[in-house]
Amino acid sequence: MSVHEQFAEDLALYALGALQGEERVSLEKHLEGCAGCRRELDQLRGDMALMALSTAGPVPPRRARQRLIEAVAREPRRSAAPAERRWWTLVPWVAAAALAAGLVALWLQNSDLQQRMAGLQDQSAQQLAELQRAREVVSTLTATDAMRVTLVAAKTPPQPQGKAIYVRDRSSLIFLASNLLPLPAQKAYELWLIPTSGAPIPAGVFKPDAHGSAVVVNPPLPPGVQAKAFAITVEPEAGSAAPTLPIVMVGAGE
Amino acid sequence: MAALYDRYSAVVYSVALRVLGDTGAAEDVLQEVFMQLWRNPGLFDSSRGSLGPWLAVIARHRAIDGLRKRRPETDIADVVVSFEPDMAGDAERARAMEKVRGTLGSMPQAQRQALEMAYFEGLSHSEISEKTGEPLGTIKTRIRSGLLALRKAFAT
Repeated sequence: MSVHEQFAEDLALYALGALQGEERVSLEKHLEGCAGCRRELDQLRGDMALMALSTAGPVPPRRARQRLIEAVAREPRRSAAPAERRWWTLVPWVAAAALAAGLVALWLQNSDLQQRMAGLQDQSAQQLAELQRAREVVSTLTATDAMRVTLVAAKTPPQPQGKAIYVRDRSSLIFLASNLLPLPAQKAYELWLIPTSGAPIPAGVFKPDAHGSAVVVNPPLPPGVQAKAFAITVEPEAGSAAPTLPIVMVGAGE
Repeated sequence: MAALYDRYSAVVYSVALRVLGDTGAAEDVLQEVFMQLWRNPGLFDSSRGSLGPWLAVIARHRAIDGLRKRRPETDIADVVVSFEPDMAGDAERARAMEKVRGTLGSMPQAQRQALEMAYFEGLSHSEISEKTGEPLGTIKTRIRSGLLALRKAFAT
């Protein structure tokens, strides 16, 4: 500025657009080659902007805002060269990015839900399959037309046999018997759970089929009883609350 | 764009209104300035100043052009405004406004008048000289020192 004092006052006028004619032309010529004066011109424009502040107060009517928004909506903007891009040119992109992020979040949420649903479906299918298997096991065990074969050492005469499978935590008991002796009329076999302490607990009344086979599946039992042994007695068809001696078959847990 | 409008429309509008003295014409300038920015955001170079002052200068140019019924003389792409504090915040703007008014108020009446005639009426120094009867050189000096006084007020 100090180097070009002769232009200093003209610069102020030029910034204001108040410089005309010859003076304007010669200043513009000078500006082309003088970075210092160009900087000063920028400065003066900043000073001018301050002048604008002295007017601040009146605000545009609301309709002006609407008018601008409508005009903007009507008019696609010219795309600025990347080098010239300014922060607000990114606003639509930021908005688009935010929208995309929102969509991605929704999509993730959705796929998460789908995964969980698929997981539940898998689980459900698995449970169905397990149930199916369990049903098959039970129906095989209990089928009246099932062939039941007990294998013993060769040349050993068939002996009455029973096998109890007991799961204490589930109070679940499966009992399979074979080669049972036929019963007198009005009589049935009764299975007993012999607990580690206390009286024998009734574990089902059954009659063997023509081949001497019988199955008891999950008779009603009190929960969590520790079994010491299982025994079978012959009882009236309705069953008894306490075993009637003698015990015809017995087996102790390992 | 709406956010920019909400932030800067008051400055743009009040300058245009002060220059044109007509709300409808001021609205047109407001619309034009923001549409220009919308159509070609590259016009404003943020590395060389901040947006608020730039808009204020452009608004004044457009309003003066309208006042003098002339075609736009200044290519706004050329306008660079070197101005540090942005007027973005309401509080900053209010403080800056007070400072400007204070500075203008403390100027000698003749200096303030010359500055305002040049700024708001878009008069050339010779026109001001004719109107006021003051020598050309005096007008020039007053305008420049007026602008420098504003700068100085914000330099601290």
